[in-house]
Amino acid sequence: MIDTNLLSVMYMELLLFLILFPLIPAIMLYYLWSENIRGIVVTIGAGLTALGSILLLAITTGQNQSFFTVPVSGIAILMLILEILIAGYLVIVSLKAKQYLVIGFVLLQLILIGAAEWTGLQGHAETPDLIIDQFSAIMAVIIGVIGGLICIYALGYMREYQKHHPDLFDQRPRFFAVLFLFLSAMFGLVFSNNLIWMYFFWEVTTLCSFLLIRYPETSEAISNAFRALLYNLIGGACFPLAILFIILTGGPENLGLGSLIAAGPAVALIPACLIAIAGCAKSAQLPFSSWLVGAMVAPTPVSALLHSSTMVKAGVYVIARFAPVFEGQILGMLIALIGGVTFLVASCIAVSQSNAKKVLAYSTIANLGLIVACAGVGTPEALWAAIFLIIFHAISKSLLFLSVGTVEHRIGSRDIEDMTGLAGPMPRVGLMMLIGIAGMFLAPFGMLISKWASIHAFSQAVPPFGMILIIILAYGSAVTVFFWAKWMGKLLEVRKWEESIEFAISKAEWVALIILTALTIIACFGIAPISTYLLEPLLVSMYGPISPLISQSNMMIMVLMLALIVVLPMMLMKIFVPKRNLKRYMGGVTVENGLMEGSLGMKREVSLGNLYFEDLFPEAGLSRYGSAFTIVLIAMVALVILVWGAI
Amino acid sequence: MAYLSKSPWILHYDASSCNGCDIEILACLTPRYDVERFGILNTGNPKHADILVITGGVNEQNRSVIKNLYDQMPNPKVVVGVGVCACTGGVFRECYNIAGGVGEVIPVDVWIPGCSVRPEQIIDGIVKAIGILEQKRTEMERAEAAA
Amino acid sequence: MNTILAAVAFLIVAPVIGGLISGVDRIITARMQGRVGPPVLQPFLDIAKLFEKEKVGVWQAPVVLIFLHLAFMVVTGLIFFGGGDLLLAIFALTLSEVFLILAAYSTRSPYAHVGAGRELIQLMAVEPVIIITAVGFYMVTGSFAASDIFSFAGLPILLLPGVFLSMVCILTFKLRKSPFDLSSSHHAHQELVKGVMTEFSGSTLGMVEIAHLYELVILLGLMYLFFAGNLLLGLVAVVIVYLLEILADNSTSRVRWLPALRAAWVITLVLGGGNIIILSML
Repeated sequence: MIDTNLLSVMYMELLLFLILFPLIPAIMLYYLWSENIRGIVVTIGAGLTALGSILLLAITTGQNQSFFTVPVSGIAILMLILEILIAGYLVIVSLKAKQYLVIGFVLLQLILIGAAEWTGLQGHAETPDLIIDQFSAIMAVIIGVIGGLICIYALGYMREYQKHHPDLFDQRPRFFAVLFLFLSAMFGLVFSNNLIWMYFFWEVTTLCSFLLIRYPETSEAISNAFRALLYNLIGGACFPLAILFIILTGGPENLGLGSLIAAGPAVALIPACLIAIAGCAKSAQLPFSSWLVGAMVAPTPVSALLHSSTMVKAGVYVIARFAPVFEGQILGMLIALIGGVTFLVASCIAVSQSNAKKVLAYSTIANLGLIVACAGVGTPEALWAAIFLIIFHAISKSLLFLSVGTVEHRIGSRDIEDMTGLAGPMPRVGLMMLIGIAGMFLAPFGMLISKWASIHAFSQAVPPFGMILIIILAYGSAVTVFFWAKWMGKLLEVRKWEESIEFAISKAEWVALIILTALTIIACFGIAPISTYLLEPLLVSMYGPISPLISQSNMMIMVLMLALIVVLPMMLMKIFVPKRNLKRYMGGVTVENGLMEGSLGMKREVSLGNLYFEDLFPEAGLSRYGSAFTIVLIAMVALVILVWGAI
Repeated sequence: MAYLSKSPWILHYDASSCNGCDIEILACLTPRYDVERFGILNTGNPKHADILVITGGVNEQNRSVIKNLYDQMPNPKVVVGVGVCACTGGVFRECYNIAGGVGEVIPVDVWIPGCSVRPEQIIDGIVKAIGILEQKRTEMERAEAAA
Repeated sequence: MNTILAAVAFLIVAPVIGGLISGVDRIITARMQGRVGPPVLQPFLDIAKLFEKEKVGVWQAPVVLIFLHLAFMVVTGLIFFGGGDLLLAIFALTLSEVFLILAAYSTRSPYAHVGAGRELIQLMAVEPVIIITAVGFYMVTGSFAASDIFSFAGLPILLLPGVFLSMVCILTFKLRKSPFDLSSSHHAHQELVKGVMTEFSGSTLGMVEIAHLYELVILLGLMYLFFAGNLLLGLVAVVIVYLLEILADNSTSRVRWLPALRAAWVITLVLGGGNIIILSML
């Protein structure tokens, strides 16, 4: 038996280690120009961070939710000073770029948070600063392991990137420094119990995102970076409002996440809704979603790390944290509807896109929408689904982004149409991409299990909202199947086994890709243990005794199906070898090596285009209607809050 | 077991027929003759077909087409030339663009001469073709067993 | 024990029943056209013949994917008739369909490519109503488990008339019957040759046909669930529904994909969606 006191000290030190340690490589990398040393620092830094997060998860298993107060005075003041510095930096940059709206929101937030800190400073110390439970630990592993892998991948990718963009000034030291700064901020965010702490880390992630989107320094990149900043600030302004509201009404003892949620909907609902709106902006829900699509101008590791698998998860993380508050509330259902509408609209738009990164971006927005919908419903089963969605989406999406990045450097295009038959010339990367896509929508893989649980959860939600969400989900997932399956089909349309073009992919890229592919499959096999040992204790601690979730026998069926999918193709590829390969049928026309004999003996390339339905699912129109609809929903939330606040 | 003779699927190709024979082939599918009684289907796809039915003489343009269609059919398979043009080129034989009968391009198993051929004759020819098909299947099986 | 027995029975009996149904289907279709039609056992003869043919292909992948299509169709049936979770069965069905589509894509044949695209449209058209059906059954019987719904005492159709009607319309897509036989048809009258099936021959096509027999039984089983409480009524209803499908097949011409998709989505939304929303409010 380890002394519990000692354990708790170790525990807190581990949390602080995870928050502070990434700052060391960040600072080192900022001053490092040598590529070899940078490689070592990034690898060691990412490795230690990942190990630390796994260790944390191992310790947390079987533990209850616990809170810690950092016994150092002056942290609050330090944070305020840093916030003022960040605000100052943003004001200067925006002044240069003549982005006055951004300045307005920066100052507004600064005033709000200043007011909150000033009024609430005395009670501040009573709130524990840090929280750790299974949810935080899972988030930490996602940040540590997936974030770490992406940082390692970025080593190889950015070298190629600079080669492809010779006119771009090499800012890689700053780039890697910001990546690690971001990891630190994310750890801080998921471990924060004190909302003022959380807000501080929240702002740091916004800053990192801004810096990384404008990395290419093109005018498009800069304007997109400012858009991202603006939208995040608009949403982010709700965060200090929530803090202010808590201090003014409930008293500062409710500033902690734990105590606020425990206080129940009567106290927590309004701040939870305000924070949820901030979360919607951060996780790119409609009407804020255009910033995330614009952010795709950044190098691929940035898209993977910030805008798909990790940072946007911060938004859904806080919303999911408040899930018990939203349970059975009309306000919760409104939040859920914002997510639901986003899911449907973004999925539809993804059909019309042929740019692979844009498809991934819209599918990210869609999946975040589904997570928000689950969190807004707020029942234990919905939260179960939401957390699994977070896990599986992080893994599959980062795998997809990284493989698209690698393919882009090999074939010089990120258009899906140019990936026709990619499984021929790039068999291994092609297979990884196929696994990643399958992970996003096919049955025995993780995302679908979450979808399954969310249908279960929605069917018990407040009528008629639950049914509306079900209908949204039914249509949205139909569309999802469409755009993923046509992409998979495109990859498989192999003309003939061509020479491999998989050379010149750096070791760093391979390592990240292979580990993520393995994780995609392993995580699916691990659903039952993850559910039993991590999520169920978590849900019990949040909700009390819970009714049984998806039964073990059904999960066993899933695992068997997965085993079939993994094993069968490998076996069958050897058994089912055709005796004779015939030419493809084209109405009797001769086809050879992808060339068909046209009239007058002319040779023409056979090109097969996919369906995109730009008329049926127009990007601009859909996002306009979607935004209008969600703005109405947000306005309704605001109205309810105002009316309730007045009463 | 001889399932092949119970479900022969045909592919009909019009090489350069005057359409007289084509109409008679389609007549076989109509209620009066209804060849589906014997499991015969018109597939329109060489990959699914067992019997290639060709009407009209071969012209220089579609030599390669006939060759391709024949090659794309999985074994065992038979070819039936329907109409005198398919057999020899018929009245078009001397035309500058006609290569002659189907036999010029691919091996033909059953000839059904006539201008135009009557549906009864076509059915009779197909039945003969089914016999040859069955024979080819046993040969194929024997060859596989030997190998 | 019972469920395992049911599953094994499904494995063997389903293709037999499916084959007989499609044999009868072909005779009735022929009679509607004034013909005699093939023997009842013709579907079995066709499949047996396909397995007698030479094993040819375009490359390995399509065969492998088709086998997975068949395997997961069987898995779907096992889950469904074994009394498993209805949603799980639906997801397995989708997985199986996706394998068929990927097989068609992987042949890289123009006809199969267009067919695969249309098959995907069909899948997109059908998916919502199937999920809504599952949720409808949950609302009536309080369980997603097929075994609970099979043994439900009342008649779910009384509460789910809209869902039932939309399911009847959508069934046409799944059975590849006119007017919604976009991707591939039983009749040789379309411009797509055989659509998704164009490049599959011999035993590969045989596997597709067997999978279709399983699918037929699963879908009719799903229709039967609407009348779960009464065996006789259920069987009569399933027969009537199937006859209606044959009638529609023989009396309509194929529509283009956009009207088909719109029709499916609107019917689903108005009848199916409306039904479950009203039901949840009651």
